[in-house]
Amino acid sequence: MMLQRIAESDFFYHYRRSATAIVSSFLLFFIVFVALLGPLLTPQDPYALSNLHLANAYKPPAWLPGGELRFLLGTDQQGRDILSAIVYGSRVSLFIALLGVLLSSTLGILIGLLAGYVGGRLEAAIMRFADIQLSFPSMLIALFLMTTFGRSVVNIIITLTLIGWVRYARIVRGETLSVRKKEYIEASRVIGYSDIHIMFREVLPNVLNSVIVLSTIQIGTFILLEATLSFLGLGVPATKPTLGMLCSEGFSVLYSGLWWVSFFPGLYIVFIVFAINLFGDFLRDQLNPRLR
Amino acid sequence: MNEDLLLDVRNLQTYFYTPKGVVKAVDRVSFNLHRGEVLGIVGESGGGKSVTGFSLLRLIEYPGRIVGGEVIFKGVDLLKKSEQYMRSLRGKEISMVFQDPMTSLNPVYTVGNQLEESLILHQDLTKEQRKRRCIELLTMVGIPNPEKRLKDYPHQFSGGMRQRVIIAIALASKPDLIIADEPTTALDVTIQAQILKLMKKLSEETGSALILITHDLAVISELTDRVNVMYCGNLVETGHTKAVIQNPAHPYTEGLLRSIPDIADTKPRLEPIPGIVPNMYELPQGCKFSDRCKYCQSVCREQEPPLLEVGRGRKVLCFFPLWKEE
Repeated sequence: MMLQRIAESDFFYHYRRSATAIVSSFLLFFIVFVALLGPLLTPQDPYALSNLHLANAYKPPAWLPGGELRFLLGTDQQGRDILSAIVYGSRVSLFIALLGVLLSSTLGILIGLLAGYVGGRLEAAIMRFADIQLSFPSMLIALFLMTTFGRSVVNIIITLTLIGWVRYARIVRGETLSVRKKEYIEASRVIGYSDIHIMFREVLPNVLNSVIVLSTIQIGTFILLEATLSFLGLGVPATKPTLGMLCSEGFSVLYSGLWWVSFFPGLYIVFIVFAINLFGDFLRDQLNPRLR
Repeated sequence: MNEDLLLDVRNLQTYFYTPKGVVKAVDRVSFNLHRGEVLGIVGESGGGKSVTGFSLLRLIEYPGRIVGGEVIFKGVDLLKKSEQYMRSLRGKEISMVFQDPMTSLNPVYTVGNQLEESLILHQDLTKEQRKRRCIELLTMVGIPNPEKRLKDYPHQFSGGMRQRVIIAIALASKPDLIIADEPTTALDVTIQAQILKLMKKLSEETGSALILITHDLAVISELTDRVNVMYCGNLVETGHTKAVIQNPAHPYTEGLLRSIPDIADTKPRLEPIPGIVPNMYELPQGCKFSDRCKYCQSVCREQEPPLLEVGRGRKVLCFFPLWKEE
């Protein structure tokens, strides 16, 4: 029943006919698959210190002279397999980005709905605050928060939430303003619904499209932001290396010709963000009827 | 007290406090409505028809406010009740049908879903009973194949069909009063007649009273028992529809009637009412219609006209009514 409805939907119709959509969703599937089943796939557990031997340090990728097949993408200064580190790192990176998007969208939706629906002074106050926050580069805010609170996975998620809610709030408020004037909102007031019900059951579903599109873009942005923070040494603690941290570790030896330590984690970041943005583009075209 | 009296509106005043000044959208309007009766409210755009309708449900949005009067529904003054009481009343005892069927249904829910909403809110039915009632309602408003159509979304319905669904929603809880705010303005002419007949038939069958807000006098003469003519927030004439249309007593009513094209061509030419509706911020002194009235005399520009009773149930806001019962 459910499957049949999906198969008959407009969305699926356009999905099947869009090469971008199919390719990007396969890439995303691959990324999620690797992240979920990572520990079962990797040749080495990069967190288990007993597996690391300094004798294996800075091995080049397997296809270069001196490379070994068990270290397909080479090793870093501790003799850690880069491929395994990337797989484990992507888990942490994705977890942080997804949770960041989830929390910031929830916060942004609540604030945006409230501002758009209630209006008046509350709206003016919230939106001016949002404008002020948006006028600071998000990197600056992130640096400020991370240096204040210290490095941890929780703190970086909080930071992403505090940075990300503004865009959601603005979009949701704008859409709420236009939906609120529709007669079906008036009609639900006439039926006798409370404002809370109207906000969440009548208005919210009508603004979700934009939220979904924004979320795909935000996941990419957050992965990059987290990587940048980790690269600067303000991200996650060293015991849980993310992709950005891996790049940063290799940076010191980049000019010694040991390029692979930074290169492959960086490449994987590009790959993830590319796949997400590609899919986000397709979603935007589909969910925004004005662009069709 | 008259058992038959459903709604008694006395001196209703709804003002909008805008930065440019106060707009008296509804100014001291009084009328009443009996059970099962069909009342028309007619007038030009901006005359206060819709605001009157929304005032009855107390759904006036900022910067508007009901500043005075009484709305006595089944013996209870609604203006004195809590918002919670109003919520339990809306959709259950008084419901509303809107102008534009294209935007009156939420596009993200199925039609069945939206029909059921009102039942969940106001009635204690099991899931099975609700479904049966939904099918019954759609059948009542003449939607073929109702069981299947319940699962469809609003965009899968045509305008006329959507308006039928909206009427079904309005009827869901067997209200005593339905307010229809220009229910057919957005529809094709052929569909208009169908929808109006349907509304009339259903209000007769269910015994609901109906307030029909429109600017279309043909609709008024066809469907209503009594009519209120509104101009610039004032009720300028009220009476039995036939009497008002045959012998308009207010110059504005006469003007409205003369400006309808007649297909039989019995009138030599159309006579539009000269001028436009005055700016609500700068209403003329005295009678608000004085600037456009061909019978205007000096007293009309100086003093506000009285509400004269010119016949049985017939009142007119004019110094010089055009008609009086002998």
